[in-house]
Amino acid sequence: MSLIRTAGLAKEYVMGTNVVHALRGVSVDIGEGEFVAIMGASGSGKSTFMNLLGCLDRPTSGEYFLAGEPVATMSADALAAIRNRRIGFVFQQFNLLPRTSALDNVELPLLYAGVPAAERRQRAAQRLAEVGLGGRADHHPAQLSGGQQQRVAIARALANNPSLILADEPTGALDSRTSIEIMALLQKLNRDGMTIVMVTHEHDVAAFASRIVTFRDGHVISDEANQPNDAQAELTRSGASA
Amino acid sequence: MNLLATIRIALNALRVNKLRSILTMLGIIIGVAAVITMIAVGAGAQQRVEEQIKNLGSNLMIILPGSTTSSGVRLGAGANQSLTDDDAAAIVREIPEVQVAAPSNRRTEQVVASGANWSTSIYGVNPDYFEAREWPLQSGRMFDQAELSGNAKVALIGQTAAKQLFGDLDPVDQTIRIRKVPFTIIGVLERKGQSMMGQDQDDVVMLPLSTARNRLFGNTQGKLRRVGTIQVKVREGASMQVAEERIRELLRQRQRTQPGQDDAFTVRNLTELLQAQEESSRIMTLLLAAVASVSLLVGGIGIMNIMLVSVTERTREIGLRMAVGARGSDILTQFLVEAMTLSLIGGFAGIVLGVTGSWLVGEMTGWATRMSPESIVLAVGFSAGIGIFFGFYPARKAASLLPIQALRYE
Repeated sequence: MSLIRTAGLAKEYVMGTNVVHALRGVSVDIGEGEFVAIMGASGSGKSTFMNLLGCLDRPTSGEYFLAGEPVATMSADALAAIRNRRIGFVFQQFNLLPRTSALDNVELPLLYAGVPAAERRQRAAQRLAEVGLGGRADHHPAQLSGGQQQRVAIARALANNPSLILADEPTGALDSRTSIEIMALLQKLNRDGMTIVMVTHEHDVAAFASRIVTFRDGHVISDEANQPNDAQAELTRSGASA
Repeated sequence: MNLLATIRIALNALRVNKLRSILTMLGIIIGVAAVITMIAVGAGAQQRVEEQIKNLGSNLMIILPGSTTSSGVRLGAGANQSLTDDDAAAIVREIPEVQVAAPSNRRTEQVVASGANWSTSIYGVNPDYFEAREWPLQSGRMFDQAELSGNAKVALIGQTAAKQLFGDLDPVDQTIRIRKVPFTIIGVLERKGQSMMGQDQDDVVMLPLSTARNRLFGNTQGKLRRVGTIQVKVREGASMQVAEERIRELLRQRQRTQPGQDDAFTVRNLTELLQAQEESSRIMTLLLAAVASVSLLVGGIGIMNIMLVSVTERTREIGLRMAVGARGSDILTQFLVEAMTLSLIGGFAGIVLGVTGSWLVGEMTGWATRMSPESIVLAVGFSAGIGIFFGFYPARKAASLLPIQALRYE
């Protein structure tokens, strides 16, 4: 069964007197355990599609089933619960709470899930260890590098055991080596069974995914499987050559 | 997600953004403190005037002999210009509005005690005088009937005179000499403070009226019953104006003043004078209240601005919280708790600062200040209301957005 199924998904924005058709009927199926890169130029509709998948935005028309549930007609509170339990977000600008420790940032989804304090601490600490930041739990975002901040954001996305990670240009604010490190982390998560949908406009980054969906002018223009590059292998190679 | 957790989130948000929290509170603190201080100063001035009225004795009039000072030409020739005990007795007897009419004589004399002497005012009075002035004894006893009729050599003493003559010693049963006549002090009067004209009303020695006349003031037989002033106390609830008019009529009649002739006496209505002063101090309080309202308004706008700005700039944070699973109600509760906490802590700090400020103003300027609970409630209520509303309203707006709109907010 596919984890994500959209049918004729469309989104229009009204800008003054103009109607912008950001998405013109997109039908895509994404199965559990896939690592999908969504590509396209800016204005192609890829971010709009991503926001709809993340239940951050509502479609103008069309259908969207997440794990078989019809999301388009759900109430705002029900969507909040879906975002909390099923989806983990990774943003280009990390979107961590400032002046707040890494551990507290990772705890945030658990807080809204109503997880008791002791379990929250323990799970958040475990997630931080998984992304390789076990020793920096009490660091504030300002005390961390960009790559480390994105790792904290990934740990936060994983905190509540979601079935889907949505990453919107996760390497957009990082240098190339750090980008590959983050991709290695995402590939590892995917190997462990996590479904990942990632928006990017860089071919290098998309090359790490196992399927590439390309958007143009609100349509899907190509959807093909990809033999992914191994990010960890690239890191080892460049580390050896350096 | 339970309420307790939301409260913890809110308090945590305040704690990690200390500077923003303090700045937000500052508006509330200053607004509350300014209003409390200003109203305290205004109310204090009003209270002072009220106290003066009370010290004077309420509903008091003073009748002085002699023609009115306002008349350019004295027309009192031939008329009996002096007031007598009989006039005082007639006023009480014939005018129902009058409760007490107490005659008194006054003269300044050198008073000698063992080891000290002091120039002070000597009054000859009856117990009525103390009733009219509402002036009780602090210790000792009042003149008795035998002393009043028998020219007894007894005296009551005011606080200032007692201090000058006896220091810390208890003056009761001590002897003082006035013009070599020894008097035994039988009582000490309560402190009365300054008069409206700034005279020390406690710098006095009181003798029975007959004693003062016969033993000290040396009046001749014919002038024996003349009095310097008559203190008139009007009954509670009776009109001062009516009483004054009746007294004037009665005295003109008794002194056989012809129509058209000026009065050969002056009636001074001190309460009216004070009421005028009270009126002006009330206007001052109103003025201060107006200034306070403006500062409350300005403070309120300040609170509004900083709340609007600090919540609006957190729209992205709200978006993020919604993205990780916060419901609209979670966001609202968080910001409501934040705004309430800021408003209450700010309000409390404002009260502390306002009370301290009022006290400081009182200490430094010597003005009386009076804290009024209403002003505190008003100031805190208004500031907290504004703080809570404008902390809550933009958060509500943000929480009603789609998460993506809040996340992308610039």
